[in-house]
Amino acid sequence: MLGKDKCEKILKTVIELTGKADEAEVSIFSGEAGLTRFASNYIHQNVRERNGQVRLRVIIGKRIGHSSTNKTDPESLKNLVDRAFQIAKLSEEDPNFPGLPQAAPVQQFNAFRPSTERYSPQKRAEAVASLIRLAKEKGLTASGAFKTGLREFAIANSKGVFLYHPVTVADFSTVIMSEDSSGYAGASSIDVHDLDLAALAKEAVDKAQKSRHPVELAPGDYPVVLEEYAVGTLVGFLGFLGFGSRAFHEGRSFLSEKINQQVAHPMVSIWDDGLDPRGLPQPFDFEGSPKTRVELIKDGIAKSAVWDSYSAGLARVPNTGHGLPSPNGMGAIPLNTFMAPGNIPKVQLAKGIKKGVWVTRFHYTNPVHPKKTLITGMTRDGTFIIEDGEITRGIKNLRFTNSILGALEKVEALSTETKTFIGSFESTCVPSARISSMTFSGVTEF
Amino acid sequence: MKEKLNKIIDYAVKLGASYSDVRFLHREEENLSARNGRVEGIEKTENEGYGVRVLINGAWGFSSSPDFSQWENVVREAVEIAKCSALAPKTGGIGFDAMKPIIDHYRTPFMEDPFEISLENKLSLIMNVDKALRQFPEIKVAMVRIGFVRDRKYFASSEGSFIQQDLLESGGGLECTAVGAGEVQKRSYPNSFGRQQLTGGFEHIRAMDLVGNAPRVAQECVALLSAPQCPSGKMTIILDSTQLALQIHESCGHAVELDRVYGMEASYAGTSFLTTDKVGKFRYGSDIVNLYQDGTVKNGLGTFGYDDDGVPACRTDIVKGGIFQGYLSNRETAHDLGMPSSAANRATSWDRIPIVRMTNVNLAPGTWKFDDLIADTQDGLYLITNKSWSIDDKRLNFQFGTELAYEIKNGKLGKMYKNASYTGITPEFWKNCDAICNEKHWGLWGTPNCGKGQPPQVAHVGHGCAPARFRNVRVGVA
Repeated sequence: MLGKDKCEKILKTVIELTGKADEAEVSIFSGEAGLTRFASNYIHQNVRERNGQVRLRVIIGKRIGHSSTNKTDPESLKNLVDRAFQIAKLSEEDPNFPGLPQAAPVQQFNAFRPSTERYSPQKRAEAVASLIRLAKEKGLTASGAFKTGLREFAIANSKGVFLYHPVTVADFSTVIMSEDSSGYAGASSIDVHDLDLAALAKEAVDKAQKSRHPVELAPGDYPVVLEEYAVGTLVGFLGFLGFGSRAFHEGRSFLSEKINQQVAHPMVSIWDDGLDPRGLPQPFDFEGSPKTRVELIKDGIAKSAVWDSYSAGLARVPNTGHGLPSPNGMGAIPLNTFMAPGNIPKVQLAKGIKKGVWVTRFHYTNPVHPKKTLITGMTRDGTFIIEDGEITRGIKNLRFTNSILGALEKVEALSTETKTFIGSFESTCVPSARISSMTFSGVTEF
Repeated sequence: MKEKLNKIIDYAVKLGASYSDVRFLHREEENLSARNGRVEGIEKTENEGYGVRVLINGAWGFSSSPDFSQWENVVREAVEIAKCSALAPKTGGIGFDAMKPIIDHYRTPFMEDPFEISLENKLSLIMNVDKALRQFPEIKVAMVRIGFVRDRKYFASSEGSFIQQDLLESGGGLECTAVGAGEVQKRSYPNSFGRQQLTGGFEHIRAMDLVGNAPRVAQECVALLSAPQCPSGKMTIILDSTQLALQIHESCGHAVELDRVYGMEASYAGTSFLTTDKVGKFRYGSDIVNLYQDGTVKNGLGTFGYDDDGVPACRTDIVKGGIFQGYLSNRETAHDLGMPSSAANRATSWDRIPIVRMTNVNLAPGTWKFDDLIADTQDGLYLITNKSWSIDDKRLNFQFGTELAYEIKNGKLGKMYKNASYTGITPEFWKNCDAICNEKHWGLWGTPNCGKGQPPQVAHVGHGCAPARFRNVRVGVA
């Protein structure tokens, strides 16, 4: 771990070296993590990584140069600055560049859990060994990964921004397999002690056992229950495809023509909030601007894109604090999305469905037509048929091809429970959902 | 460097490692991009560090650091991790056949060092391409990228190998997006998703003729806005080599990774339908389908001298005469199968462990001239440049979309269609391959965005192929 003092020292050194620039921004991305990976009932990959990157943006007039390095000795930092100056001098003026953000008050949030940072490879291996023992007892095969670690992000600019935010992350996921079935469970948190590994093991084992001897269900339109894992995929893609500043501004997003229009069922509300501790809290963006909560869809009505300093300047709207590291080809995108839960326990979501599909999670999902929010992917690790309101048996995995908004329009119920999924720099917190119809366009052989 | 790395190896052995290797990597990257008439970004990055792998009591441990002064701690950490791995060991332990030590220095062949070409010249090129793309008001996004990667790698092992590799990659491409009433369409060149990339120098960028191709690509993009929706049904398709490259990548390349077959990626990327009982027996494709992996082919993005086990790159058959023959493998998985490694153990950085990755997975050329193939097709579609992709976790059920499609009617290319997609089951699809174009139409395509592994590793791999025809394919599912 670099720590706040060392980060500040590096930031100050680089800012001082950029004294001849009109503006300069320097940031540090640093991380350490251990990951214990298992498959076929043994630990097959077990690693520790640590690295950091110093990124520099130098502005001369409205010419911008970028450079980065993972070396922090004085000579390397000087080279970093020289490279950025060389590039800035060669670049053309960007008349739309609004200047770097000014320092602004940022809410402090403690997302660092020392016991998670210190969580040892021994503890990870013991937890994995315990899961493997359970799988073996049941005649099943366990695979998965258990990761614990920390990330530090620090940023300073020549306008007075000086911020540091460390966060710990723990992530556990497993796929338990029989000869003809599989079951998935996973969870992530900033605190490893939030992860109920025994419950996750039971969840995956139960799924693998219940989905034995899968039958084939013909492709077609079916009512579905999507567990949080699957809803998280839809909401994650929707944020990326629909609510980014650049896609919105250029007319490539559905949102470009749908602001303040009904795009989903009224029970659907989705927002972005970097300050909510249920996600991956990050009180400021990658330009050092404070994050603000943005309503993306409120009661089914499309509300707003998210903005960084550049896109907000172009659109003449307030910067919402959703900037990515520069240079950035995507513009601002939501990274901390939440979907409002409903009022029905997850176990009751299948009630009322005469014949439908229960989906644990999706696999290899990709956009087919971004503006239409049309995506395709496969079901995986626990796909079941629902008959007369009950899960009756496992089915072979299906391909779905459906628009995300089309699915959200047809939401009939949302679970009271939610799950949080934490990625590299993003998080999604969503409930399970019952949807009156989704299109399954194909079936596979298992 | 040799002395530093050997000290690390010796210490690992002293602490009990039955095998150890260490990789040092220094990576230098330069990326330039232009967007809608302005410089989007020019960035130079450098990154270096080393990773230590140890095998103790039949279990792996790995640790890494950018700081050489910490090498003893890093080795101790790797050893401790390996001992923890032994809490849930592989039955019989991890093993592999011994190999003779190799001392060598491999260099990527190239003509023009891209890092020696001035930034001014590179900037001028991308701005000219950007301008050439923006000839139509419907084009709302014009994007041009070029990028270069130079790796200096050292590998040392407790078996006595010491290998240096100087690897060079050059890539670039353009894309444009047209926006009309309720419709958005995209076209790319030479390939989609940012760039075509190969090992070699700036000669690859010159060969693309980005400026010369930009007006045509922009025109196609605008035309797509008013093109009719691609029809649906079972029909004959011809895939251009860019789309076919991704088809090979997804339905063959990943399916023959032996670690997937052994379940080592089960919880993330998935497994494979090509189980070991199928070797030498299973009909993967028609008689004319010959697929092979080749880490030695000149300019391939998956070309190198030695993999990260220190095994020399080689060429091996995957499918011969339509019958499945063998896998991409590393020393560990090859040992379990009782076959030689295919030299496919690759780590994407110094802080990642090597895992089985593609090299260049290629489809051997057939006999057809492209014009003859079109002329021989009465009714079908010609599908160009990937737009979307998805495949199940055993690599059977796939669905692809392409940026562009042309009708083929009575042996001639006809009208343009938008939003083409096709789907199938891998062996059924390849068994319906009835024509492959000849070597004059064969080219290498780079896939610089191949994701696998936990922590994630984005590998640079390649695919060589020529356009090919497939019968009875389900088209228009989306």
